[in-house]
Amino acid sequence: MFDLQGFGPMLLLGAWMTVQVALTAAFFGILLGLGVALMKLSNSRIARLLGDIYTTVLRGVPILVVILLFYFGAISGVNAIARSLGHTQFIDLSAFVAGTAALSLAFGAYATEVFRGAFQAIPKGQIEAARAVGMSRFTAFRRVSLPQVWRLALPGLGNIFLVILKETALVSVIGLEELMRKTEYAVGFTRQPFTFFLFAALLYLAMTIVAMVVLQQLEKRANRGIVRGVGA
Amino acid sequence: MSDETPVSVSDLHKSFGALEVLKGISMTAEKGDVVSIIGASGSGKSTFLRCINLLETYDKGEIRIYGERLNVRPGGKVDNRQADRIRRRVGMVFQNFNLWSHRTVLQNLTEAPIHVLGLPRREAEERAEALLDKVGIRDKRHQYPSHLSGGQQQRAAIARALAMEPDVLLFDEPTSALDPELVGEVLRVMRALAEEDRTMIIVTHEMRFAREVSSKVMYFHQGYVEEEGPPEQVFAAPHSDRCRQFVSQSFDN
Repeated sequence: MFDLQGFGPMLLLGAWMTVQVALTAAFFGILLGLGVALMKLSNSRIARLLGDIYTTVLRGVPILVVILLFYFGAISGVNAIARSLGHTQFIDLSAFVAGTAALSLAFGAYATEVFRGAFQAIPKGQIEAARAVGMSRFTAFRRVSLPQVWRLALPGLGNIFLVILKETALVSVIGLEELMRKTEYAVGFTRQPFTFFLFAALLYLAMTIVAMVVLQQLEKRANRGIVRGVGA
Repeated sequence: MSDETPVSVSDLHKSFGALEVLKGISMTAEKGDVVSIIGASGSGKSTFLRCINLLETYDKGEIRIYGERLNVRPGGKVDNRQADRIRRRVGMVFQNFNLWSHRTVLQNLTEAPIHVLGLPRREAEERAEALLDKVGIRDKRHQYPSHLSGGQQQRAAIARALAMEPDVLLFDEPTSALDPELVGEVLRVMRALAEEDRTMIIVTHEMRFAREVSSKVMYFHQGYVEEEGPPEQVFAAPHSDRCRQFVSQSFDN
């Protein structure tokens, strides 16, 4: 069906890089989202304000622009610091670091709202019951809220992951050798854009389908005991 | 009143905004007392109960648990460390059970003994199984709460409170969320506890039950204690006409 003219392994390598970027962004994005959600739900006005600024900015600026700002901003920042420390050589920031950092920030902004909703969806009575048996606020959070917030947040987080998985293509603009970048190489050499872009599309689709299956399994696991007849 | 008195409350006041829900309530529960609190909804009885284990704060008055005065500063600040300590001795059973839905019945019972008291898992599980046996749902121990009937859930919730071996048990309308045919099984468990000489404070609409098990009954009306005394008095010969009316209506239903 496809004559990849020997570019197949290279494209798969690119796809692997795409997966790595997406998973790294998901990992840090989830931590970030959890942290900022707690800030937004806290009693501190300053924490809430910082949380609001973060989610507003990151959800209001296109991810592509965030990536570019991050890449060039971080480079000039790092070099300014290096110069002030007496370094004369130009330091290049890895496209992987800049790209995943930007995507993590974006992931975190959306995840914040998912976690916030999830925390609010935990029945207050269950937290009260935890306090009533003498659990401290922290223990109640750790033993009652946190395990359940995961279940409630999972569908929303999965959704963000599927979006971010495809937004990784944007990181190609700063030179990261992921699937999109590799595809453009192949197109440049072979002058067969349709073949290669179609192949790339199928690879993205395949990754998405695998992600969806994994997410379904995770949701099933997280929901045991909640739906009648499952997991008892 | 001494350090041996499990619960003593004097002149408790509380407002929600402009609405004063407790207007100076006093009570004592000596060891082994079963105090039932009855009254129309909105009379402040649940709020009063929730003050005793500091799930609710209050504006004026004082609560002592075994002589220890609860620190509640105006503005609703609770001394969290004291609250955690007090709550280990004062168990609570809620109207809506409030079992933790992500844990099995057994885990609901072992959670606090392990993570609050620091009991070894084995010991906590033995204690839990014995309690589940006692409330008659040992066969459900590996089920999740959502698989249980309301009556079974409430019995599990009672066992969860007992797993902390509390000195005092508070019940906040424990049968109000149950289908009528499930009320009996929960009351049976509570009756057995009352007969064990446990100190219990029960907010309830179950008049027959209150009359049979209580050592003292308090009738709340709009934030006051309108009538209190032994059940024979409150149910059969109350001083207050309002109480008489309330009681006779309740028995009619």
